[in-house]
Amino acid sequence: MFNYIVRRLLYSLAALLVVVTVTFLFMHIIPGGPFQREKALPEAIRKNIEARYKLDQPLHIQYIDYLSHLIRGDLGPSYKYRGMTVNDIIRERFPVSVELGTVAILLALFLGIPSGILAALHQSKFPDYLVMFFSTIGIAMPSFVIGTLLMYFLSYKWGLLPSATWGSPQHVIMPAIALAGLPTAYIARLTRSSMLEVLSQDYMKTAIAKGLPRRRILWVHGIKNAIIPVVTYLGPLVAGILTGSFVVENIFAVPGLGKHYVTSIYNRDYTVILGVTIFYCVLLIFMNLLVDLVYPLIDPRIKLAERKEQV
Amino acid sequence: MVGHLLEVKNLEVEFTTYAGVVKAVRGVSFEVDPGEVVALVGESGCGKSVTAQSIMQLIPSPPGKITGGEIIFDGENLLEKNEHQMQKIRGNKIGMIFQDPMTYLNPVLSIATQVTENLRLHKGMSKKEAMERAVELFHLVGIPDPEIRLKQYPHQFSGGMRQRVMIAMALACEPKLIIADEPTTALDVTVQAQILELLKELKDRFQTAVILITHDLGVVAGQADRILVMYAGQIVERGTLDEVLKTPQHPYTWGLLKSVPRLDADKSRKLTPIWGQPPDLLQEFSYCPFMPRCDYAMAICAEEMPPFFNGGRARCWLNHPQAPKVEFKKEVS
Ligand SMILES: Nc1ncnc2c1ncn2[C@@H]1O[C@H](COP(=O)(O)OP(=O)(O)OP(=O)(O)O)[C@@H](O)[C@H]1O
Ligand SMILES: [Mg+2]
Repeated sequence: MFNYIVRRLLYSLAALLVVVTVTFLFMHIIPGGPFQREKALPEAIRKNIEARYKLDQPLHIQYIDYLSHLIRGDLGPSYKYRGMTVNDIIRERFPVSVELGTVAILLALFLGIPSGILAALHQSKFPDYLVMFFSTIGIAMPSFVIGTLLMYFLSYKWGLLPSATWGSPQHVIMPAIALAGLPTAYIARLTRSSMLEVLSQDYMKTAIAKGLPRRRILWVHGIKNAIIPVVTYLGPLVAGILTGSFVVENIFAVPGLGKHYVTSIYNRDYTVILGVTIFYCVLLIFMNLLVDLVYPLIDPRIKLAERKEQV
Repeated sequence: MVGHLLEVKNLEVEFTTYAGVVKAVRGVSFEVDPGEVVALVGESGCGKSVTAQSIMQLIPSPPGKITGGEIIFDGENLLEKNEHQMQKIRGNKIGMIFQDPMTYLNPVLSIATQVTENLRLHKGMSKKEAMERAVELFHLVGIPDPEIRLKQYPHQFSGGMRQRVMIAMALACEPKLIIADEPTTALDVTVQAQILELLKELKDRFQTAVILITHDLGVVAGQADRILVMYAGQIVERGTLDEVLKTPQHPYTWGLLKSVPRLDADKSRKLTPIWGQPPDLLQEFSYCPFMPRCDYAMAICAEEMPPFFNGGRARCWLNHPQAPKVEFKKEVS
């Protein structure tokens, strides 16, 4: 168990190094830099600034310099926001994304799992068609469309909810729904198909033959098996929602990390781009590791040491 | 005698499929007395499992439906009971052992949970009482180290051990009837013998009636009091163990007997499987369904469904008083 975690962390570190290097190179390959504007700065000033951030050094020096700070957990200063480090930015912005993401994930689980089960129990009947209809829409409709529609009706037309920005519980509702659309639909389908499979398994017949009430058969014998694929999906999902909320954050002007990430790309804010990318990577690796550790608790057949490595 | 424990009367079961209506069970009747072992034998697909599962009302519906008959257990017609009433009978008054212990145990629940849950449900035992009973049951079915084994999961058990768990589960509430649907088919030969021995021992000890389903007459020989031979959804021969094994009256039974491999048989004896395929159960039969495969078929066999002859021993026109006398060649033993 301990060995497994150590080995996983080592693999993750290697993967991280690749990500850092590639992102670093690409960023410098794209034309333009953090201090190039439409209106050019006087040559001397630009030189000055670049010297201060060591942007005038050869690339490999910059790279090594960056790594040596990174090892100490220092993601460097922002080029755009004077006086802010990348660490500051993440610390300030990420909690907002977490709040939004948590609400969205809970929404997806509490809506997706029950409706998937409902659909499976009434296969090819009205509840099934209803769930499949909405889940198809959920999968087909991008979050910005859902977001825009919500905004149009709930705030513009009916004035029920604030249309943008952040601060009160009401502000969370619309972006959370927009963000939860796809995962809810996906979880519903996943639960439905795995529940259908479980329902046809022999051990369900044993459970009936033992005279167990329907409730127990379903919730104890069925769900615990049916939920396994959903748990597997949970790692990538959580990471995906936390890192992928930039579209929704942009639409609703939510001051989360995703929105800032996009802005920093426009601004060629090198250190922020790099820092947030690394942060997201670590998050992803951590979530996958967490799911792998939870997995054996649900499925006793899985032994950690035997699992295939996946970073 | 106290009357029958179980009486199945004219049971009819159908499955609605894309190809049409499969009549899997066609008017099956039989009785089981307390403490008696009744074997149900026949080729694959002849309706043994469907018959057994009808008793417990485990037929998946749709596509399945019990379309006729009565199942009287302990004086009550089970087919008139609702789901809730059936739950009190399943696993409590009637226990069931399935064919494949690999797939019939829930992989994600501990053995303890699976063995104790019906005790707690049907007998109202506390967790502790149920665990004690489970340990006792494991001793009974021959699982060593019960305390340790109960904490484990199905994948940590071998096939034979899993089947012992299934048996312990079926026995837990001391049912009056156990239905064992091919309990040894999925196991290897040495383990088969052990499991059969265990079943027999437990049955003698608790005076439980058993319906033993198998397609292997060899399994039946050491176990059953009476034998029912099934073909194409019907019972075609029935009798005591001796009657059916020593003086079989249906050519289908002859075929089954000839296809049993025996270690002690002399080398001159040929092992002959029954040729041909069982009939398609989509069709109605106005004639003997075994006729197309029968070496002794007569004109009448293709015209009319034979009734039971000789006091209800066999459904075969050969047993008609006017039929030519054909003797089953006893090359067996
Ligand atoms: N769920 C189902 N849907 C459609 N047809 C079914 C279903 N279950 C059983 N049948 C039909 O009922 C017939 C009898 O099946 P059954 O399982 O009782 O056979 P069996 O005698 O137990 O055979 P085996 O030795 O293979 O277990 C089969 O021919 C099959 O086509
Ligand atoms: Mg069967």
